[in-house]
Amino acid sequence: MSITIDQISKTFGRFHALRDVALDIPEGKLTALLGPSGSGKTTLLRIIAGLESSDSGRILFGGEDVSNLHVRDRNIGFVFQHYALFRHLTVAENIAFGLESLPRKQRPSKAEIRQRVEKLLEMIQLPQLADRYPAQLSGGQKQRVALARALATQPRILLLDEPFGALDAKVRKDLRRWLRALHDEFHFTSIFVTHDQEEALELSDQVVVMSQGQVEQVNTPTELYAKPESRFVFDFLGHVNVLSGAVKNQKLVQGDAWVSLPGNRSEQEAQLYLRPHEVHLARAPSVHARLPLRIDAVSLIGSEVRIELVPEGWHSEEIWEIGMSHNEFAQQNPSRGELWFAVPDVGHLFSGDNSQPKTVDWLYVEAANACNM
Amino acid sequence: MDTGHRRVGDQPWVRRTLIGIALLVAMFMLVIPVVVIFAEAFSAGWSTFAGNVTDEYTVHAIGLTLFVAALTVPLNLVFGTALAWSVTRFRFPGRKLLITLIDIPFAVSPVIAGLLYLLLYGRNGWLGGWLASHDVQLMFSWPGIVMVTVFVTCPFVARELIPLMQQQGSEEEEAGVVLGASGWRIFRKITLPNIKWALIYGVVLTNARAVGEFGAVSVVSGNVRGETNTLPLHVELLYQDYNVVGAFASASLLAAIAMLTLVVKAFVEWRQSRPIVSTPEKEVS
Repeated sequence: MSITIDQISKTFGRFHALRDVALDIPEGKLTALLGPSGSGKTTLLRIIAGLESSDSGRILFGGEDVSNLHVRDRNIGFVFQHYALFRHLTVAENIAFGLESLPRKQRPSKAEIRQRVEKLLEMIQLPQLADRYPAQLSGGQKQRVALARALATQPRILLLDEPFGALDAKVRKDLRRWLRALHDEFHFTSIFVTHDQEEALELSDQVVVMSQGQVEQVNTPTELYAKPESRFVFDFLGHVNVLSGAVKNQKLVQGDAWVSLPGNRSEQEAQLYLRPHEVHLARAPSVHARLPLRIDAVSLIGSEVRIELVPEGWHSEEIWEIGMSHNEFAQQNPSRGELWFAVPDVGHLFSGDNSQPKTVDWLYVEAANACNM
Repeated sequence: MDTGHRRVGDQPWVRRTLIGIALLVAMFMLVIPVVVIFAEAFSAGWSTFAGNVTDEYTVHAIGLTLFVAALTVPLNLVFGTALAWSVTRFRFPGRKLLITLIDIPFAVSPVIAGLLYLLLYGRNGWLGGWLASHDVQLMFSWPGIVMVTVFVTCPFVARELIPLMQQQGSEEEEAGVVLGASGWRIFRKITLPNIKWALIYGVVLTNARAVGEFGAVSVVSGNVRGETNTLPLHVELLYQDYNVVGAFASASLLAAIAMLTLVVKAFVEWRQSRPIVSTPEKEVS
């Protein structure tokens, strides 16, 4: 069932939690609401569920206005951040609660309910824990029970509030994969709230980036990462290396650092945004950039070596991060304290007040120059 | 202790002195008086005690006291639960003020409370005149006694519930409503089991106070023997009649109720402090 969010606004006292949010959630897809705390993502989720009312605007499920429909009658599944399992009921009773709450006419028989609960317990791979109480479960188990409870009444919409927030890294990864598989099997429309960009990009079909009660950008994870439309989205999605300076003679200059910007004839303040994978390290500056940096730390864990660097002779608000393959690392062997030069391959230039970046591709420029020679 | 790390209270003489003083105070202020009550009550023998307790007026006082408690406790149970629910589950202007107002009966002397009711509902009071013209008499009869007792005991249940319900939050109830449960079903299946022991604790305290209330009741009751005399008032009346043994016999009944209350209270506290079993199992994946 598709969900339409039509010009939703919400204030808490003087605080604008949401401002005219309009959004389409496609049917059968897993959508992430991503944003820092205070961006209004949880409020939006609760308004969709009906746990909170909006000051203005409408919520439509499959084209039908449900704004005035009580949360009880919306037939949605909701997974709470801290699971909110009923502590005085066993796992099986927790899962059965929704079915037993159905009006008498729609309520399945006791035997049927028991069967459904058993099936759900198998689905979450915890049939042996049916008679346990929530306090006897680990975080990951509670999360799965909460999911089974939410899915018991077969809702067509599943809403999850920071579903993996309270779990440790290992369990989180497992559960993420499991939820994705579950979603692909049952194809309900799901929305989950998260502040973790990695989680949003890995798990969802569509990411909605929110900031200060507004939608910043909506796109698929791949497109979003490749083409952020604002500084905020750029900053929020993974690490970014920034060179801010002034454009002069087709060069962006700050202190000892400069990057050539072929064809850029404007003269104004500008910031160059570079993802860790869009830059490589060299012992000497290249023809189109001179970015001296000193190595501060080297992290070998993961599929890529991550190198943290501090600007030398120029300034950056945050440290720079550059990734390289283990193979490359073994060949070049950069180590702490050494002076290296960052060479950008592709970058994104925000100039003046323009909120949309312009992509600069030096590899392409070099190739074109080579052809012309 | 040979760790070399000593706190002030670790020195044996400090410990012994403090414990000694505490025991001494408890002995003279608490234990001996209670023992005296029972000793005096039975001082003229078992049969006199039985005679005193089964005296017509004493029996009536016991009946009235239990009757007042039987009305007060359910009233305050409903009131306290509703109040705790509303201030912990909703945000509304004046909420903080309401939480403070609950404590008024604790802050006001019971005698003052009784006088206030008398001034308001008595024959010459603001509402009393109108009530009297409609042939309704609240003061100097049992409705008045119930009213002041309700006033004096109304904070107990709410005071027990509010911190607990604040700490538990409303997520479980929200989960219930999302799952389609009706308000009553949520209350019965989710809220009530979660607050059960605090509720019982509040009821026990309310009951103890309702049975033993003297000040407020003495103002509004009129002390008519066999009509508006509750057990604590009866004790005083007997004592003023120089019937010391009779007074102590009635007092011993109140003391017995108090001790029963303590036992129940201790049991409930023990139940409350017992966590719901927690032995997290290893992650099964």
